[in-house]
Amino acid sequence: MTRPTALDARLVVARPGFTLDLDLQVAAGEVVALLGPNGAGKTTALRALAGLTPLAEGGRISLDGHPTHTLPAERRPVGMVFQDYLLFPHLSALDNVAFGPRCQGAGRAEARRAAATWLERVGLTDHASAKPRHLSGGQAQRVALARALAVRPRLLLLDEPLAALDAHTRLEIRSQLRRHLSDFDGATVLVTHDPLDAMVLADRLVVIENGSVVQQGTPGEVGRRPRTDYVARLVGLNLYRGHADGPRVTVEGVQFSVAERLDGPAFVAFAPSAVALYRSRPDGSPRNLWEAVIDGVERHGDNIRIHLDGPISAFADVTPAAVADLDLAPGRRVWASVKATETHAYPA
Amino acid sequence: MTLSTRSTPPTAQGEARRRPGRSGVSGRVPWMLLVPAVVGMAFLVLPLAGLLARAPWATLARRLAEPQVLEALRLSLLTATAATAVCLLLGVPLAWLLARVDFPGRRLVRALVTVPLVLPPVVGGVALLLVLGRRGLIGQWLDDAFGVTLPFTTAGVVVAEAFVAMPFLVISVEGALRAADRRFEEAAATLGASRWTAFRRVTLPLIAPGVVAGGVLCWARALGEFGATITFAGNFPGRTQTMPLAVYLALETEPEAAIVLSLVLLAVSVIILACLRDKWVNSP
Repeated sequence: MTRPTALDARLVVARPGFTLDLDLQVAAGEVVALLGPNGAGKTTALRALAGLTPLAEGGRISLDGHPTHTLPAERRPVGMVFQDYLLFPHLSALDNVAFGPRCQGAGRAEARRAAATWLERVGLTDHASAKPRHLSGGQAQRVALARALAVRPRLLLLDEPLAALDAHTRLEIRSQLRRHLSDFDGATVLVTHDPLDAMVLADRLVVIENGSVVQQGTPGEVGRRPRTDYVARLVGLNLYRGHADGPRVTVEGVQFSVAERLDGPAFVAFAPSAVALYRSRPDGSPRNLWEAVIDGVERHGDNIRIHLDGPISAFADVTPAAVADLDLAPGRRVWASVKATETHAYPA
Repeated sequence: MTLSTRSTPPTAQGEARRRPGRSGVSGRVPWMLLVPAVVGMAFLVLPLAGLLARAPWATLARRLAEPQVLEALRLSLLTATAATAVCLLLGVPLAWLLARVDFPGRRLVRALVTVPLVLPPVVGGVALLLVLGRRGLIGQWLDDAFGVTLPFTTAGVVVAEAFVAMPFLVISVEGALRAADRRFEEAAATLGASRWTAFRRVTLPLIAPGVVAGGVLCWARALGEFGATITFAGNFPGRTQTMPLAVYLALETEPEAAIVLSLVLLAVSVIILACLRDKWVNSP
């Protein structure tokens, strides 16, 4: 299924010491997540799309084929959910949602009717008359979403939509948000630094570092084939850049046998749980094996995550029993190996 | 009973408002701070106590009912309220301009706006005469074109009071605007609100406490205004003689009347402040 491109933008924002420059295309009905570390320019990109931050020379935004970067924020067909929602504290939930329709020229009664419909959709009919300070975090998030959707935008922007919620509420709101986003027929751009939010909510991830796109693709692609250390950390993989020669990839003197056949610069990725540790050099193939020094030990879920230093630095997840049996403590020398079937190589 | 044995817990609101660490600070109050504080308090409170002590309570009721007193009180309340209205109408937009619009010379404008704060009111009155007087720069034109003269009229009193009191409002409202989260205005913009709509429906309600505080300060300043008023508007009973002018005049001829008038001014100020304070505390 190919959907028409709803948003076609080149976002250029120049600040002293920082330049954002990224191309962004989003199809109608598609949800794109901008993912990146703090300071990468995610929120700046969102603000530029909304018209709250001016574009520099060369920047342009077109929405459904119409240029919108020349319009002031209030004339753009854009709805935005802010990180801390910014519900107007002096207005009830209903009047917050009715604010947009009122600004678009609807009468008071008509705007309130529309707002009531939106509140019903997000399941907050009972809280219509509540002031924002009496709403829970999850309720406020839903009011903010209803308020943004009530202006009938063609582009919906969500800035860290789940960051202000506690873990339990987050789970519930995430699945609700996913449902509402799939009902929305315009383009959606959301900003997050949480890979799980991005994977669950988005059809496509755009990873930004230092103001430019470093990788993009479906959550599955990005998750399996990270291309930067940031993305690798995010999806929990060990990632190395090396040189491939057929079924072998050499990284800093360590040879990896891989299932794929490649030539030239290549990435090798494997999960921390695929790494096995030994006190003495195991017999057999010298490949996929290296000597390392334990740099740190920490809890990771039910397992223990070992930080390894050596020719290549790596994470290894082992069971608490293994830590006791092998006496894995910082400073100890160990041998690390990873099965060829669990490594994944792809062109760099 | 001492404070430490008190068992009732503080209210949830009081608890929430308490800043961390405040309850942890203890120890004796240093006398280097305590002594000047007590002297300062006495300095502020004693004159008012003296006013109460020397008040001619026996003849108070009769004196209060005198038509000149009522006339001056009516005029004072009327002009101070009108001046506050003028200040709100002009001062709030001015504060908005200073807080929200980046224009060249903004610092200079802000400095100029606050000049009446430090200017001796008599000088303000003279300046007003030079501009709005019958032969003044604008006054002449007002007279020719509309037959309007401001000096020595009740409207002139309002002008003089507004001139002196407006900076209090502008400073207070500008402070509130700077403290208010501008992102609410951005949120309003993404919802389709023009800057005017955002100001009217979002910013103004958010800064309402600041506007009220500024309005009260402004009103109190206008009520007590003396120098600019007597210079620009003169001292005509029933037309331009406000309470402070009446007090000053009475002091020369009839000191007891001055005390009575002063008590009335004091009472009015305290009552208004008390009423508004309640309103602030209850408002969100």
